Amino acid sequence: MAAQTLDLYLVEELYTEEERMVRDAVREWVDERILPHIEQWAWEGRFPRELIPEMASLNLFGATFSEYGLPGLSNVAYGLVMQELERGDSGLRSFVSVQSALVMYPIMTWGSQEQKDRWIPRLAKGEAIGCFGLTEPDFGSNPGAMRTRARRVGNHWVLNGEKAWITNGSIADVAVVWAKDDEGIIRGFLVEKGTPGFETFEHKGKYSLRASVTSQLAFTDCQVPETNRLPGAAGLKCPLSCLTQARYGIAWGALGSALATFHAALDYAKTRKQFGDAPIASHQIIQERLVWMANEITKGQLMVWRLGRLKDEGRASFVQVSQAKRNSCWVARECAKLAREIHGANGVVNEYPVMRHLMNIESVYTYEGTHDMHTLILGEFLTGIPAFMPPREEKKS
Amino acid sequence: MRIAVLVTYVPDTASTIKVGPSGKAIDEAGIKWIISPYDEFAVEEAIKLKESKGAEVTYITYGPERDQQVLRECFARGGDKGVHVVGTGAAFGDAFAIAQILTAAVKKAGPFDLIFAGVKGVGSDQGLVGAMVAELLDIPHVASVTKIEYGEAGITAWREIEGGQEVVEVSLPCVITAQKGLNEPRYPSLKGIMAAKKMPVESVKVADLGLDEAALGGATCRWVSLALPPAKSAGKIIHGEQDPQAAARELARLLREEAKVI
Repeated sequence: MAAQTLDLYLVEELYTEEERMVRDAVREWVDERILPHIEQWAWEGRFPRELIPEMASLNLFGATFSEYGLPGLSNVAYGLVMQELERGDSGLRSFVSVQSALVMYPIMTWGSQEQKDRWIPRLAKGEAIGCFGLTEPDFGSNPGAMRTRARRVGNHWVLNGEKAWITNGSIADVAVVWAKDDEGIIRGFLVEKGTPGFETFEHKGKYSLRASVTSQLAFTDCQVPETNRLPGAAGLKCPLSCLTQARYGIAWGALGSALATFHAALDYAKTRKQFGDAPIASHQIIQERLVWMANEITKGQLMVWRLGRLKDEGRASFVQVSQAKRNSCWVARECAKLAREIHGANGVVNEYPVMRHLMNIESVYTYEGTHDMHTLILGEFLTGIPAFMPPREEKKS
Repeated sequence: MRIAVLVTYVPDTASTIKVGPSGKAIDEAGIKWIISPYDEFAVEEAIKLKESKGAEVTYITYGPERDQQVLRECFARGGDKGVHVVGTGAAFGDAFAIAQILTAAVKKAGPFDLIFAGVKGVGSDQGLVGAMVAELLDIPHVASVTKIEYGEAGITAWREIEGGQEVVEVSLPCVITAQKGLNEPRYPSLKGIMAAKKMPVESVKVADLGLDEAALGGATCRWVSLALPPAKSAGKIIHGEQDPQAAARELARLLREEAKVI
């Protein structure tokens, strides 16, 4: 059975019985099916596709929806799922985040009935994999300036452009792609695998998220039927609201990574002996690091719990989501570094999970809005003054 | 087909067990409760049968208020109905008392064509309740089953015996107690967990079954005292880098003269 994890403020009692059951089910699955193999997968740079049917049978995809026989989880339960998955590996959590928040969410929100009927059941069962194409090689923090274009020709749209850093890109059966039309309005398209003019290339040489597929998408006069356009989506606010969904999950997920590195460090400190027969956990400097980690994780747990409850009540704002994503990723990144220090040289080998989490969190810290961008979002909220180019439609550039 | 599965809630096998102040029960503070691991095989077998042949699956448990949760955890995997016989714990540790209570509950919720249970409840590990229920119902039972084939009239069950396997043909209705190896229990699905709270659970008191729990409990068996095993003493390391042959001789001597195992 799964071990108990850090819970200094009895946050456990803030979860409902169902939320705990959901968390425990995923925790047990991660302990038994992921942790024994993840170092090998990460080392080989391989995403374990063979696990997709298992993830589907657990109902990990689209778990907050209740249509199409989906579980209808609360946002806190969904957050706990993300936490447990990322306690396993950030790449694994990313796969589920993308499928749920960046593919099923936009189809459910802006898709036609036919699009929903065609894709949601298959995505839920893991029979189809999805990816989300917004970021471009030259436009990360400023997606509104994207270069990808969609031109209407009869009953089709012709797409031209490139997308970069796309999780699941080369293994996806359907890509949710965002492109500007001739009027400069950003629209969403479902581009199916094998569509002429649609190619994918895997990003090679990643030191991070190695158990996850990351790709570039290229569109060259790629014809997409009008029936594959998301009819309800118009404007940058649509892809940004997908990101708010995904960032919410990351805020929980990153704490899972922090829990993993904290527990690895605590176990190591209690067993590693140095300067005599006492464990290094008896050293004040080691205790200070462990306390720092536990303290920040505790604050983070309370923050994401509150955010989840607000989200269930429909009161969560994107500013709050930015703050939680920013905080959790920072905490996880610092915890990974401290855990690495406590592990000494052992912190760099894959006998321990620390270096993998440390490398993974570098991506998570940067993707779905960099730490700095979230700082500026909060800065604008506090001062009323945007210190960056705010997200807005750019007319014909 | 109607199937009953007898399930029980036990301390997580990863829990640190402490003896309570009475000296006759464990300290339940901080204990996480789980479906008894052998009951998981019983639950899985019933759900598989429901999926392959169509059946109605009823879970039955006896225990305090908190044990209603074990039924929810079973529902998270599948199944149709639950019966919770709410008890005071007076019969705890007395397998015959528990078997009488469960038998009464089976009769009330039945009739059933097939009754599954775990071969034993992890923790007390007596392995008696399933067989006793069968005797009280006057139907056959097969214990410690690792494989089942379902035929037209009855079933064929493989059971573990010392040094081999026994193959038993048995008519229905019967009781089967499940051993590790019978199947691979599924993980609860998130959808199952969300649906679990809506599943029907009938809550009955022991008295509603016409039984006197206080009189039953401890009538044939009671726990007199509980003690933790003595702490393991530190091991002895024989260093053999310099002279492996001497180390091997010393190991053999210690095993013979001190440990007395060879």
